Amino acid sequence: MNKEILNIRNDFPVLRNNPNVVYLDSAATSLKPDCVINKINEYYTQYGVNVNRGVYKLSYTATEEYEETRQIVKEFLNAKEIEEIVYTKGASNGLNMLALSLRETLKEGDEVVSTILEHHSSILPWQENCKIKNAKLVYTDIDKDGSVDLESFKKVINEKTRYVVVTYVSNVMGQILPIKEIVHIAHQYNALVIVDAAQAVPHLKVDVQDLDCDFLCFSAHKMLGPTGFGILYGKKKYLNKLKPLEYGGDMIDEVELYDNTTKDTPYKFETGTPPISEAIAFKEAIKYLNNIGFEKIEKHVEELTKYTLDKLDNLEGLTIYNKKSALKSGIITFNIRGVHPHDVSTIFDERDICLRAGHHCAQLITKHLGVVGTLRASIYIYNTYEDMDKFIDAVKVACDYFKDW
Amino acid sequence: MSNINDLYNQVLKDHRSFPRNKGLILDDSYKTLKAKNPSCGDSITVEVKIEDGIIKDIRHDGVGCAICCSSASVMSEVLKGKTIKEANEIIHDFYELIKGNMPENEDRLEDAIVYVNIHNFPPRAKCATLAWRGVDTILNTNKEGEENYE
Repeated sequence: MNKEILNIRNDFPVLRNNPNVVYLDSAATSLKPDCVINKINEYYTQYGVNVNRGVYKLSYTATEEYEETRQIVKEFLNAKEIEEIVYTKGASNGLNMLALSLRETLKEGDEVVSTILEHHSSILPWQENCKIKNAKLVYTDIDKDGSVDLESFKKVINEKTRYVVVTYVSNVMGQILPIKEIVHIAHQYNALVIVDAAQAVPHLKVDVQDLDCDFLCFSAHKMLGPTGFGILYGKKKYLNKLKPLEYGGDMIDEVELYDNTTKDTPYKFETGTPPISEAIAFKEAIKYLNNIGFEKIEKHVEELTKYTLDKLDNLEGLTIYNKKSALKSGIITFNIRGVHPHDVSTIFDERDICLRAGHHCAQLITKHLGVVGTLRASIYIYNTYEDMDKFIDAVKVACDYFKDW
Repeated sequence: MSNINDLYNQVLKDHRSFPRNKGLILDDSYKTLKAKNPSCGDSITVEVKIEDGIIKDIRHDGVGCAICCSSASVMSEVLKGKTIKEANEIIHDFYELIKGNMPENEDRLEDAIVYVNIHNFPPRAKCATLAWRGVDTILNTNKEGEENYE
């Protein structure tokens, strides 16, 4: 085993405590390193008080730690201003917040462009918006193998387009979409672009100024951070215009009997006591990933994915749906011909290989592939060639076991 | 560790490949319920015809894994011809079997006994019970239409 990867593995207690487990479900959620877990512990044991309220030292420390994450996220995304970083409960929460806040800007006849690659949390809020506002949800073309190209966006973005809602990296096909170019086209028609970056942030260096996207959401938990926390990035000029969805503590400025004024962005979107330890610990995940470096992360994931695809090539009974787009995202989506993915999943479970089986909260693309579900192995920084060999063996056993079904 | 062949045994594979009582009648004399598990996508519609307190016929159709589909077939054979009271007792015994508790009167389960090892594969338990829960709902609540069982 590569020494560096061995060192990485030693940072993950779930791997230390389950030495036989092969974890290939990082696209669902990544494992968490010691530094993140220790930081959560540090908050609760050293200065576990509320933020943005107290005038005492402990509260000041907690608030400093809590706000430091915002600065680190700003740098991580290369956002222009710190006010553009809104704390959320995760990608789904951020995407839903946006859709709800922007609902009133939609008029009858407006169009919203999206793809069938989307995760349910990016597309369903806009399905609802379009139904309520009599706007039209327009899907780009997609080819037979489930890949969407820039041309298909060019065909459907026009003067009527108000919003383009698009995933950066598909959680089923692993395809990386050309966000920068899509944004460029959308902006020619004054349409705003909302990016679901949940699967992108663990793998790619995301630069919101370079992409020029108007909004971008992701979760902490897919990139080594805690669950229940995420980020909504938005250009300040748009966040300033959006009304808060929830009113209450923290987000308010002046309160009178019959009226109130709210704080500015990002605080007007953050009411109530937030997930403090999660926010504080998230910066440790970012530091950890930055420390390894995204170039190295991409290279490692790509090498392991290529190794695996090569070994599985032409295996009788195996269908891999995304050979072309698997490499960069480390997502391998497959089925054993004629067998329900849940039946196959037990072969992997028996060998302590963790992977996902089902529709991956993206039923549109699963239906497009013409199946009830798929199996998905997703590779990340702590995976090794040994992991992949165990996985490859299990795929071979499965192909053999189910050949007569 | 239980072996996968304990799970996918001959009886189960036979019911998967040659399901009994499969295909819906779509007749008003049947009570119909679509039993779904949205998180995994399994969906089995069951039809039950009851006359004089006796289950005269059970039909099923749908999509799901081998455990889910075979279990619907086995269930239709086991419960057909039983009184509602007997059927309820057998359904109860089946739920207990799936949890790993061998019922006192195991013969009554007939072929359903082949799911005895499911408790060694906990994530699959809900696959085995889906069609049974659909019939359970029809017998005990008179509900028809659709029902989600996670």
